[in-house]
Amino acid sequence: MNLPAKINTIQAINQALDDAMAADVNVIVLGEDVGDREEGGIVGVTRGLSSKYGDARVRSTPISEQAIIGAAIGAAIVGMRPVAEIMLMNFTTVAMDMIVNHAAKLRFMSGGQTHVPMVIRTMTGAGFGTGGQHADYLEAWFAHTAGIKVVAPSSPADAYGLMLSAIEDDDPVLFIENMPTYWTPGPAPERGVKIPLGKASILREGTDVTLISYSRRVLDCCAVAEKLAAEGISAEVIDLRTISPLDTETFLASVAKTGRAVIVHEAVKPFGVGAEIASLIYESLYGQLKGPVQRVGSNYAPVPFSKPLEDAHVPSLEQIEVAVRATFK
Amino acid sequence: MTAAIPDGEILVGIYRRMTRIKQNDERFRAVLKSGKLVMPYYSPRGQEVIPSAVSACLDDEDYICTIYRGVHDMIAKGIPLNDLWAEFGGRATGTCKGKGGPMHVTHPGTGVMVTTGIVGSSMPIANGLALAAQIRGEKRVSVAYFGDGASNIGAFHEALNMASVWKLPVIFVCQNNGYGEHTKYANSTAVANIAQRAASYSMPGITVDGNDPVATYLAAREAVDRARQGLGPSLIEAKTFRFHGHVFGDADAYMDKGEKDAWMAKDPVPLFRNWLIKTGLASEDQLATLEAAIELEIDEAVEFTLNSPYPDLAELHRDIYKDEVNV
Ligand SMILES: Cc1ncc(C[n+]2csc(CCOP(=O)(O)OP(=O)(O)O)c2C)c(N)n1
Ligand SMILES: [Mg+2]
Repeated sequence: MNLPAKINTIQAINQALDDAMAADVNVIVLGEDVGDREEGGIVGVTRGLSSKYGDARVRSTPISEQAIIGAAIGAAIVGMRPVAEIMLMNFTTVAMDMIVNHAAKLRFMSGGQTHVPMVIRTMTGAGFGTGGQHADYLEAWFAHTAGIKVVAPSSPADAYGLMLSAIEDDDPVLFIENMPTYWTPGPAPERGVKIPLGKASILREGTDVTLISYSRRVLDCCAVAEKLAAEGISAEVIDLRTISPLDTETFLASVAKTGRAVIVHEAVKPFGVGAEIASLIYESLYGQLKGPVQRVGSNYAPVPFSKPLEDAHVPSLEQIEVAVRATFK
Repeated sequence: MTAAIPDGEILVGIYRRMTRIKQNDERFRAVLKSGKLVMPYYSPRGQEVIPSAVSACLDDEDYICTIYRGVHDMIAKGIPLNDLWAEFGGRATGTCKGKGGPMHVTHPGTGVMVTTGIVGSSMPIANGLALAAQIRGEKRVSVAYFGDGASNIGAFHEALNMASVWKLPVIFVCQNNGYGEHTKYANSTAVANIAQRAASYSMPGITVDGNDPVATYLAAREAVDRARQGLGPSLIEAKTFRFHGHVFGDADAYMDKGEKDAWMAKDPVPLFRNWLIKTGLASEDQLATLEAAIELEIDEAVEFTLNSPYPDLAELHRDIYKDEVNV
């Protein structure tokens, strides 16, 4: 079956899960409300799967995040490929033991005798007025943990191709979906085509400055690059796609060319992924840089509820632009 | 009880496991004292009956998830001693190439799937092992071992509820030794018996004398049969006592005077040995021969460990992900 020319991220991930389940009986889906009896997920990402593949393989769970991840780990150790949904990224906090102490470490601690080929799908992002406990970007915590991969797509097509790879991957993968852009349509992916984990994509080529981002804020970087082009500033935009493992090679090559770098993410700036990338750039390219590396992230505070505060909390196009100009100083 | 009193062969098999645990534990402590090995060691001495009786109901293909105090569970399940000892010694020849250590032994060949150092975490993962078996229509069962203290952790409640809702082939075996680290059971736990908690999750819950091999075997037999028949999980609370405190070197100052001595006076290993001989199920000679053979096996495991190399430093970069990383 061919896809329509444009689809959104909900449809893209649904299609990826469907294709993966059709291809491999070991792929199972579990999480709160994921079954069709419960409407196939609160935004419908898993809709239709339990009707098609049965309640044994698509399981709505109790509201028990430790038990969800624990069940996925146990099943994965003995060869299944579970896709566990933790509804919102903030809810990973109640399953941190399972994710960090177990999923990420069992391959190492067992000396390679067992491994945990599972995917944890989770959504997040500010913009819907969900306040302090439903919109955080916590990817740095997981990227800081050896043994788990972290993926954060910025488009429907990438979400599809990266999800296929994540399910096929033999290590645990945390797959971050941005909620406010779930419904944004984009060009449809080619069915069955995987996007490798750990490979960034250069969305726009440029010569003066490199913008490095992932997830939703890639869209902002593209918008700023477009605007600056009118003034004669040529910005290269790199979508990391995967945060861990990090495609250091691609962004270092780009910054070696442009001599300037800005890292943009929705997570708060201090101690974030941007700090790691900035360090890697300085370690490799010190002396070749034409200006200081800049970081743009959310305000160092919980995500606020009130609309004007929420809008001011996350990175703005203006902040990204100011950061770009700062690299020219 | 639907199960019948076990026959002599099963009972001697339980004793074989028990004495194997006791003899290994004695050697581990002796070797630690000598300084030849250094590790955090959580002695299971006094708790030999529980996994020995449970394992008499299990096959190699059945899975267990155990905890830092789990060497008895592994030995009862049949883990090879050389590999076990070498892992405890941090040697390249250990089950996990020395990368797991005493708190993280894995040996899939004998169904030892996960050993965790996090209180309560054996249960959610045992569910997953059981879930895979259920989806695939396999007959194997999973056992989660844990302590009394672990029944106060959220993971226990989440796991029991999920196992019951999904009728998973899992047996939750709580080894209630009366203490969680230095805290007495009654000062931390709101129920008289942990088995009561099974009622909240609509599964059978039974409290047994965990130092009585026959009672523990019968409880395990019923729970394992139930799980194998697809009837769902059970909770077994086996009451027992640990003879050597929480961790090697424990001063026991938090215990009542005489409490430990009273339990040690009822040491389940010699008690069961005498009972087997008295009832004619085994002879003194037979058991002495069996114990001597285990002693030789342990001699060999210690030798093997002390003569084994430490892991290559390249192991630092292996088994983190499937592909080697060197960030
Ligand atoms: C989540 C967690 N909290 C605390 C500890 C520290 N700790 C290790 S063992 C233990 C006591 C557990 O008691 P129990 O479950 O009764 O098992 P036992 O040691 O008596 O066999 C504690 C508190 C831990 N390992 N994990
Ligand atoms: Mg205890």
